[in-house]
Amino acid sequence: MSDNSEFLKILSGKLSGVKIVPTPPGEPSAMVERDSIHEALDHLKYDRDLSFNMLVDLFAVDYMGEEPRFEVIYILRSTKHNGRIVVKTRTGDEGLDTISDLWQAANFLEREIYDMFGLPFTNHPDLRRIYTPDDFVGHPLRKEFPLEGEDFDKPFVVDLEKE
Amino acid sequence: MAETKYMTINMGPQHPATHGVLRVVLELDGETVVKSTPHIGYLHRGIEKIFENRTYWQGEPLTDRLDYTSGMSNNLAYCLAVEKLLGVEIPKRAQYIRVMLSELQRIAAHLLWVATHALDMGAMTVLFYGFRERENCLKVLETVSGARLMPDYIRFGGLREELPGGFIDMAKSFIEELPGRIDEYETLLTENVIWKGRTKGVGFLSAEDAIGYGVTGPVLRASGINYDVRKAYPYSSYEEFDFEIPLGTHGDIYDRYLVRLQEMRQSIRIVTQAIESLPEGPIKVNAPQYVPPEKEDVASDMAALIRHFKIMADGIKPPKGEAYVSIESSKGELGFYVVSDGTERPYRVRIRPPSFLNLGSVSKMIEGALVADVVAAIGSLDIVLGEIDK
Repeated sequence: MSDNSEFLKILSGKLSGVKIVPTPPGEPSAMVERDSIHEALDHLKYDRDLSFNMLVDLFAVDYMGEEPRFEVIYILRSTKHNGRIVVKTRTGDEGLDTISDLWQAANFLEREIYDMFGLPFTNHPDLRRIYTPDDFVGHPLRKEFPLEGEDFDKPFVVDLEKE
Repeated sequence: MAETKYMTINMGPQHPATHGVLRVVLELDGETVVKSTPHIGYLHRGIEKIFENRTYWQGEPLTDRLDYTSGMSNNLAYCLAVEKLLGVEIPKRAQYIRVMLSELQRIAAHLLWVATHALDMGAMTVLFYGFRERENCLKVLETVSGARLMPDYIRFGGLREELPGGFIDMAKSFIEELPGRIDEYETLLTENVIWKGRTKGVGFLSAEDAIGYGVTGPVLRASGINYDVRKAYPYSSYEEFDFEIPLGTHGDIYDRYLVRLQEMRQSIRIVTQAIESLPEGPIKVNAPQYVPPEKEDVASDMAALIRHFKIMADGIKPPKGEAYVSIESSKGELGFYVVSDGTERPYRVRIRPPSFLNLGSVSKMIEGALVADVVAAIGSLDIVLGEIDK
């Protein structure tokens, strides 16, 4: 695997507040401030030296008890120079700017994060739940979401008179 | 009275051509699709959530249930991610067997696609032919794992057990027979006027759009983009094998069909090479803290019994950290991002399902097309709803 860390240097030159992080190992990774995430990804996509034109993945991790609580991770790839880069940011319940204007792929992926973690994305064209029904309560991948309902071990009895 | 211009039609979730429970709401102007909205989630089981509440070992059978047409690839991706966390190097023999099995699995998955997609397009003969060969392929896979669809054979640190006797001969005879069978499908489809009429120029996806939608796998390569994880980020010794990446030029369904057929032929090459140059040696890494002992030792050796019990009951505890691995499954790039907090349960497992992102592009493909082409476009993506809905 080629060493892509020079891309991080280019990115830090264009944008302030870029911090190089060691995880995940083997991939060049950068931590970007919440407010500049759209700008950072815009640079990564359109700058000629970077040209990461493909959004491979976008997801969140819930670090309950830490502040800010959620880590959102973007994995980008370039079909031009075959590089891969991981961009992370931290946010609370307020959510992030959408990047669906940069990649159409982000449309579904951001809806998934909204559904599973309850993070809203501003300016998203179609922010609805994607897996769970529209009237579902709660966000399943949040750490406080219960694993089983209160009555999961009770027999299911149909009350005919009530029906 | 309000004038209605468009008609809204609901397709699915129980529609035979959606290969699962996909619902698409179509807005039609006569026969032309104006707008389409896919609805997914009918199969959502919360696999990522279940992962967080099981030990690493218990998580592995869940991966079989993502894309049930390529269980071996899913096992491989998850194991590679956990092995990266553990920092273990897998013996060469196990790596070669992993390659061999995931290529056989790719052949089985592509055979299923050719068979079912031809049925969707009205060519029923191919269905029986494709399923005949797929059954032979699954028999080969069954001899190693004991299961047709949910193998759970690739494990952390190597493989569950040594290949059974007779496996190599079985795989060889299957591989030798297959090229002639693929030729048979080609005589049925490649120059078939109806097949060409239903697939050429239909479901078009430009290279630019394919990249924008994050499409991977045969669909991306049919649009002419040379991206295959096996070549771009080789894993499990793929760099030692000699194979080519078939590419399409038009980005339509016909090219996707050609790419998949060519991929099967390349997979045959890889399996042949893996059989010929299969190294001798152990199939498990020597890391007693992570890998359970052999069954015979458990029955005769007290220490092995205790170790087996500890690993199975307590689970393994990878060091704190994160690992990202992606592989080329039959549908596209399958990624696993595992976050460990140092306990026996993963803190977070993110699955990047290729079908999920491929499905995102379906609206782009069918808007402006005829309603009869919707089935063709959805089928050509080779989606598996078990993987999309997780």
